[in-house]
Amino acid sequence: MCLAIPSKIIHIENEMATIDVDGVKRSASLMLLEDSAVGDYVIVHAGFAIKKLDEDSAKETIRLLREAAAFVDDLEAGKG
Amino acid sequence: MTLKHSQDFHDPRIARHLAARITRISRKPVRFMEVCGTHTVAIFRSGIRSLLPETISLLSGPGCPVCVTAQQEIDAFIALAREPETIVATFGDLIRVPGSGSSLQREKADGADVRMVYSTFDAVALARENPDKRVVFLGVGFETTAPTVAAAILAAHQQRLDNFSVMSAHKIVPPALEALADGTINIDGFLLPGHVSVIIGMDAYRSFFEAHRVPCVVAGFEPSDLLQSIAMLVDQVESGRPALENAYPRAVSPAGNPKAMAVMNEVFAVGDADWRGIGTIPASGLAIREKYAAFDAFRVFDIRLKPAPEPKGCACGEILTGMKIPPQCPLYKTVCNPMAPVGPCMVSSEGTCAAYYRYHGDG
Ligand code: SF4
Repeated sequence: MCLAIPSKIIHIENEMATIDVDGVKRSASLMLLEDSAVGDYVIVHAGFAIKKLDEDSAKETIRLLREAAAFVDDLEAGKG
Repeated sequence: MTLKHSQDFHDPRIARHLAARITRISRKPVRFMEVCGTHTVAIFRSGIRSLLPETISLLSGPGCPVCVTAQQEIDAFIALAREPETIVATFGDLIRVPGSGSSLQREKADGADVRMVYSTFDAVALARENPDKRVVFLGVGFETTAPTVAAAILAAHQQRLDNFSVMSAHKIVPPALEALADGTINIDGFLLPGHVSVIIGMDAYRSFFEAHRVPCVVAGFEPSDLLQSIAMLVDQVESGRPALENAYPRAVSPAGNPKAMAVMNEVFAVGDADWRGIGTIPASGLAIREKYAAFDAFRVFDIRLKPAPEPKGCACGEILTGMKIPPQCPLYKTVCNPMAPVGPCMVSSEGTCAAYYRYHGDG
């Protein structure tokens, strides 16, 4: 029942957002979210956005995982 | 700057590395329990069980909302569907769950108006569009779903929809952890649910952790999230230093989502609840407050919960508490399968029996 894929807010009107989930558009209520803006990535559960994803934290987790996996070098080379 | 991290978390190199690390550090045989149906499915689908060393067993806990719903609650839902001029609105999983003599699906075939909805607001819309009918939403789910149900009640209240109500069978997770930790089964660590934790936050587990000192890690849903969380649990076990850790910080904060909690607490009060396989757990359920009594289907319809035995031979209760795995149920695959489910664990897509059936490929 939980949707793990982050959805991107592309439009907001009256506490309702249009979200993009991997290319599919859906609507989600923003009634349970503190603050949100177009462009934010959110977790959506049964038609409600329940959390804005912390992008810095996501990047940090990935960085640590990659570092641990010891291929941080080719990552740097790839992204520049 | 785009958040394509979803893909990054699928990186097979990260998964391989984490699995190798777990294999290297894991010495003691341990049993970890995942307390979230979505984790159960993610674990099976990603195939990470096959990457783990033999020392690690993963058990599914009471994390599938439909599965933990007590038989008497299922029966109450069915009784509701038999009420005249009533539309029962529910998320899909519940429809096929067998009650004591029927199911919502059977009632529907016999003419009851049972509708599947995607969001609780769809149920409110049904009430608006059908002013001459009573529309009841079946409230099943944990702290992730309960705020969305509370939001629907607040919306109905605001719109003065007096034909909308909710039959709440909602349950909350931390008291179930207490019941499991106090129980007979030995669990060496908990993979705590991702999206329940989004709402309730890390702090909600603190008192449970302090009381039991059992390794606890909140996990995300991607393969590398899950492996990382398992690696953290193994680290805690092997070092003898249990901790309450967050492996999903991009979504879970110490305080959770205060706005969602406030909406939930406005409408619901904590009360005792019956769990399939566990029984009554004190302060583990959510009942609609007096203030919103007009939206409480238990009061509107005067339907009471009547004790009911679980389906004969079904081991769902033992599976939900980690005492058995599905192949140990004599009905598994012989009588019970997703086309002809005997218990809810085979109905729900998040049920352990359904996950074994679909992904395990065992005998
Ligand atoms: S296999 Fe069927 S009967 Fe056995 S525990 Fe699972 S749901 Fe119940």
